[in-house]
Amino acid sequence: MTRTRRPEALIALALLAPFLLTYAVLFVWPTAQLVALTFTKAPLIGAGDWVGFGNYERLWKDRLFWTATWNTLYFVLLTVIPSTLLGLAIALGVNRLKGWAQSLMLAAFFLPYILPVSVVYRIWSWLLDGEFGLLQVPIAALMGENVPVFRVIPLFIPTVALVTVWWLVGFNVLLFIAGLRNISAEIYEAAALDGATRGQMFRRITWPLIWPITVLVATIQLILQLKIFDQIYLFAQGGRTDATLSMVGLIYRSAFQKNQGGYGATVALVLFLLIVAVSVLQYQLLRARGQR
Amino acid sequence: MTAIPMEAARVTRLRRLNVAGGALTALIVLAAVAWAFPLYWGIVTSLKVEQDVVRPGVHLIPERWTLDAYTYVLFNSQIGRWYVNSVVTAGAVTVLVVAMSAAAGYALSQLRFPGKRLLWWLILASFMVPIPALLVNHFVLMAQFGLLNSWAGVVLPQLIAPVTVIIYKQFFDSVPRDFREAAVMDGATELQLLFRLYLPMNWGITTALAIITFIGAWNTFLWPFLAVTSEDMMNISVGITQVNDAFGVRYARLMAAALLAALPVALVYLVFQRRVTQAIMLTAGIKG
Repeated sequence: MTRTRRPEALIALALLAPFLLTYAVLFVWPTAQLVALTFTKAPLIGAGDWVGFGNYERLWKDRLFWTATWNTLYFVLLTVIPSTLLGLAIALGVNRLKGWAQSLMLAAFFLPYILPVSVVYRIWSWLLDGEFGLLQVPIAALMGENVPVFRVIPLFIPTVALVTVWWLVGFNVLLFIAGLRNISAEIYEAAALDGATRGQMFRRITWPLIWPITVLVATIQLILQLKIFDQIYLFAQGGRTDATLSMVGLIYRSAFQKNQGGYGATVALVLFLLIVAVSVLQYQLLRARGQR
Repeated sequence: MTAIPMEAARVTRLRRLNVAGGALTALIVLAAVAWAFPLYWGIVTSLKVEQDVVRPGVHLIPERWTLDAYTYVLFNSQIGRWYVNSVVTAGAVTVLVVAMSAAAGYALSQLRFPGKRLLWWLILASFMVPIPALLVNHFVLMAQFGLLNSWAGVVLPQLIAPVTVIIYKQFFDSVPRDFREAAVMDGATELQLLFRLYLPMNWGITTALAIITFIGAWNTFLWPFLAVTSEDMMNISVGITQVNDAFGVRYARLMAAALLAALPVALVYLVFQRRVTQAIMLTAGIKG
């Protein structure tokens, strides 16, 4: 019995076909369309007139765009740095424990991370409900009265950031714990024999060795939080949404609520380029670590 | 002479360390309790009688336990329908993403074909592209296909998953060459190699990737929220945020609905903790 092996390239094509097709139709084509759309004054569905760089000019002068950009960056600042530092602190604490105690603690911090955003929204809007929320008890004790935090503009983004840190920190903890486990115990033993204190061990051993993970965690969170929409949208429902809009929120508002597909796409492209730039930076940073 | 004071110093230092260690442990336990509390509070609220929920004062344990909120939500909202929608769409995303990625990863790892390097670079580059930036165009595309308000419309844009392809390729790369050669000697075809050798050797990876893809698809909010406007086609993650009026401000019912939406992913996590952890490491780029 002879068996002719079909040319490898054909088999490769067959195996790749489903992936290539989805990739072309749902990724390459929409990306090309995104760029094209920014030069038109199109509604959400349907063709529109060519306006050259009109959308970009409008963007530059649009106060709402700058509000959305500022809100996004503010949110990034309030989530990325705290969740990275807190993630490290929790990981250091959890890593000291052993066995089931460690698993239990880890589960407590990690469980929120796997919840859908809408569940997080429901739980926290109940906890902070202006009238009956449990957290209004300490708030009233401190401030003298209940504060509907999601309706007070200056408190809105910090509160949503706080909820987000609660929700996502488990992810950071997990990555840091993996990093801490990779540091061999012998280094600490040697340092202990030399009479190093806890503080010295942290500054001289843990911190430098965990630095690459810190960069990884911070950049992953940065890229993720630049895309913020869900929580801000949900918590702002029924309130003054202009002041709390994020960049993705502005895309949603322009394209889906005001039916301005072209302008929405322009905002999307700016966000797109911003995130690609951050990703390239991340890649460079992580590669630099690889070479060291 | 000096030995004794040194010994004493060590003992005090050890004691100080123990005190500090004890304080740290207490702190971390306290933090864990604080972290778990919102979930506990949600669960407790869902088990209270609705009037008790808004009774003034702090009641950490219900005085009257009841499942009324759950039965109410199950029989008086579309939650069953939303469950079906979520199970179908998240299940379809999982199966399709894993199958396409395994096939593509195998081709990229083991086969020679023209344009391979270019394709690999494209996949690596697309890793960086933020999918939410494409949502306007995904919406237009799904509208053109007539797939808004349908399962297919929810599923399709979620199929772009370069990370799973990258992970499969890396794991297939590390299968020893000898195994492949031996199987080829026995006359195995490429498909047999994939299904009898490469996939079975990496079942763990497939499980991990399937679980994390499922959790992601179940939890995703923005795209299903845009693609579906009719209430009976909503996913549960969207549905529970869209029907305030159905319950009014009835927090026991709102919590019951939310917890029902979280139940499947919470169970998956509790059963497959190690796989979930592994999958998160893999997708973050740490081989664990």
